[in-house]
Amino acid sequence: MSGFLKSSIGRKIAMALSAFFLMFFLIIHLAVNITSIFSPDLFNELSHFMGTNPLVQFALQPVLVFGVVFHFVMGFVLELKNRKATIVKYVQDNGAANSTWMSRNMIYSGIAILAFIVLHFIDFWIPELNHKYIVGMPEDPTRYFGELQHKFVPVWRVIAYVVAFIFLGLHLAHGFTSAFQSMGSTAGRKKTLQQIGKAYSVIIPLGFIIVAVFHFLNH
Amino acid sequence: MNLTLKIWRQKDSNAKGQMVDYKVNDISEHMSFLEMMDVLNEQLVNSGEEPVAFDHDCREGICGMCSLYINGEAHGPDRGITTCQLHMRMFNDGDTITIEPWRASPFPVIKDLIVDRMAFERIQQAGGYISVNTSGNTQDANSLPISKHAADEAMDAAACIGCGACVASCKNSSAMLFVGAKVSQYALLPQGQVEAADRVKNMVAQMDLEGFGNCTNTGACEVECPKGITLESIARMNREFVKANVKG
Repeated sequence: MSGFLKSSIGRKIAMALSAFFLMFFLIIHLAVNITSIFSPDLFNELSHFMGTNPLVQFALQPVLVFGVVFHFVMGFVLELKNRKATIVKYVQDNGAANSTWMSRNMIYSGIAILAFIVLHFIDFWIPELNHKYIVGMPEDPTRYFGELQHKFVPVWRVIAYVVAFIFLGLHLAHGFTSAFQSMGSTAGRKKTLQQIGKAYSVIIPLGFIIVAVFHFLNH
Repeated sequence: MNLTLKIWRQKDSNAKGQMVDYKVNDISEHMSFLEMMDVLNEQLVNSGEEPVAFDHDCREGICGMCSLYINGEAHGPDRGITTCQLHMRMFNDGDTITIEPWRASPFPVIKDLIVDRMAFERIQQAGGYISVNTSGNTQDANSLPISKHAADEAMDAAACIGCGACVASCKNSSAMLFVGAKVSQYALLPQGQVEAADRVKNMVAQMDLEGFGNCTNTGACEVECPKGITLESIARMNREFVKANVKG
């Protein structure tokens, strides 16, 4: 297995597998967030479930953290290897003639998303861990909606979230079909999946943006 | 037409190269790009200067020797052709044309526009073959039934001439389109099955050893490939690689 993961194709497949998991996670995360727009109670209920269910907390959450860390670390490892393979650059390189901007700049959209995740962890995850495991405050199933609204009061945070989600959309615009190709599937080259990929890369970020802007305007 | 050429000049593999400007006049639009380079070299020789070194052989688009990066694209702005099949009608009078060698760490510059593509040969030697007895007992190829679809796809993959445009166009200098094509042409045929697992593992290992970058599916390679090799070859290689590793 370690030999497989040291090979270029093995790493490519591992990147795709972690991408599939993260893309599935985004759907779940957005589905929960969207409920905050029309039903604070449902949002509280779902957040309470996610925050206290042992299967989510101790099985899915560690897998998620591993998936996120793995995707980033491997992304940087591969980027460094690729840079080593291209030490001397062209004087004139017309990349736009044969590939999309998104596909050529995955590392930069990825770095923007990483910066967002750091902010997101500081905003939600670390206070959550502190609440539950460090300070050990009693669980209040109705606290989540208020915490969410409170976060979207400062305009700078809303702008940061919007910008980050635009980068997420750019990342997904290439990443969605690219993950299928890496897995050895030619489905990503078919029109149907390309359209699903385009829709996914617009709907997911837009959904998160709508939630952030909605709470900024309605706090 | 009259043109300004910006060409990479490098004395040898250890020298520090640089772009040098040249003027060529009265170029016919019917000339091939390499004929235009011949005109330049004749001009340079007549004036006692060192001609520009560039690779070429058949000049019919089938040998895979010519290899120029023209105006930021492998084999220039046209599609589905090698540099020798590029014609000057693709350019306009007064144009400035930038001409560089393939850029990839595993393809070091030997001189001017010539790069060392032996890394491709070593990848081929690692598994790009089938072991058959050819000492007078060769079987009739038609004795093995092969579906038309598989034969067509194998032939499409075998069209790869190993020019290296895929590596040159890739922002990561990945050789996966080349290796994918070589793996595919055998993976699709019954003759290739016996050594299939070893082939893909050994060729990928050699590819990694040569220092080629990793594929990020930008698709630049398939756009610039003069022989129309597609990303489906890479997908097939990925499947073959997983299959070979699962089998152990």
